[in-house]
Amino acid sequence: MSSRLINWFKFSSPATFYPLAGRLLPWFAVTAVVLIGIGLYMSFFVAPTDYKQGEGYRIIFIHVPAAWMSMFIYLVMAFWSALGLIFNTRLSAMMAQALAPTGALFTFIALWTGAFWGKPMWGTWWVWDARLTSELILLFLYMGYIALTSAIEDTRRADRAGALLVLVGVVNIPIIYYSVEWWNTLHQGSTINFRKESSMTTTMLYTMLIMALGCWAYTIAAALSRVRSIMLERERNSTWAQQLVAEGKA
Amino acid sequence: MKARQKRALFLLGGLAVLGIAIALVLTAMQGNLSYFFSPSEIAAGKAPLDRSFRVGGLVETGSLKRSGSDLTVTFVVTDEKHRVPVEYTGILPDLFKEGQGMIATGRMGAGGIFQAEEVLAKHDEEYMPPEVAAALEKGHQEGSAKMRDATSKPL
Repeated sequence: MSSRLINWFKFSSPATFYPLAGRLLPWFAVTAVVLIGIGLYMSFFVAPTDYKQGEGYRIIFIHVPAAWMSMFIYLVMAFWSALGLIFNTRLSAMMAQALAPTGALFTFIALWTGAFWGKPMWGTWWVWDARLTSELILLFLYMGYIALTSAIEDTRRADRAGALLVLVGVVNIPIIYYSVEWWNTLHQGSTINFRKESSMTTTMLYTMLIMALGCWAYTIAAALSRVRSIMLERERNSTWAQQLVAEGKA
Repeated sequence: MKARQKRALFLLGGLAVLGIAIALVLTAMQGNLSYFFSPSEIAAGKAPLDRSFRVGGLVETGSLKRSGSDLTVTFVVTDEKHRVPVEYTGILPDLFKEGQGMIATGRMGAGGIFQAEEVLAKHDEEYMPPEVAAALEKGHQEGSAKMRDATSKPL
């Protein structure tokens, strides 16, 4: 590992990562506020009215980015969990734990805004089709992970149990993503797709992408802030943490 | 082999086995996981005719008829291969239109008319402003008019 240009393992030490996270945090926070501000303005005032759904469609500008983030954050958590199990790095589990509440939040937003959209457009708040059900399972996975890791006292065992849960649950992600293609669902197919041109006007598309980037920045900022707290709490007896607290920099 | 390589292999193996297991379960449950039956599937006898099920497809253009006295509507749902007539009493969702997707829950009644208890509109993944939709529609009509002219002469 020492022959690499950057020694990544250096950053897996909380003592190194804590100040780095603190320096990165304000940048991502400001980016999130700016992008979501622009995105919301465009969602309400710039993006044109839809030809069929009228104004009600504007809810997708928060629904779709939230749904993307809910799936993507879970994949990132699975990545950290696997890394933690394989390399026994302390920071990995902390990263996964820092991401979980944001993931749960975005899953909830996706389900909630979807229900609000569904009532006027489909004529129902909720149906048990494959897309909606698998997304609800994702919310339960997030909540189960949070409950499991906080229920076990010993942090090493909590980390391992949580990591295993996340990795088992990762099979749900392709099911959510492809559910609209594999089965007949009430939920429509994806508008933005890697394999075909997106079926959306450019202004709408850019608005959605700006909102998505804003959600990314928010997620990173929230996770960094949370992981700093977790690091301090877990390493409260170590020299670096006590030194920081003594200097008033924590 | 180092301990961490063993762990990595073990994890990958476990995930692969889990993935295969889930794939097998989903394939076995294929029929139950679909939210609705298409008119072709009903024609092929795949839908349970003795109990409630859902039919989904496009509302055939020109088939929607409203009863003069109450909220009863009749229309034909099609997947462009087979057709199923549907009867429904109640309020239709805003997006319910001829040529659009919909899903109805109910039973197959006498004379092959589907008696719907609930009708939902199924939205497609197209989003565009009304001007663009109008332009597309115009282009489409001009295109089909040209097609008609082109095909009607030699025939």
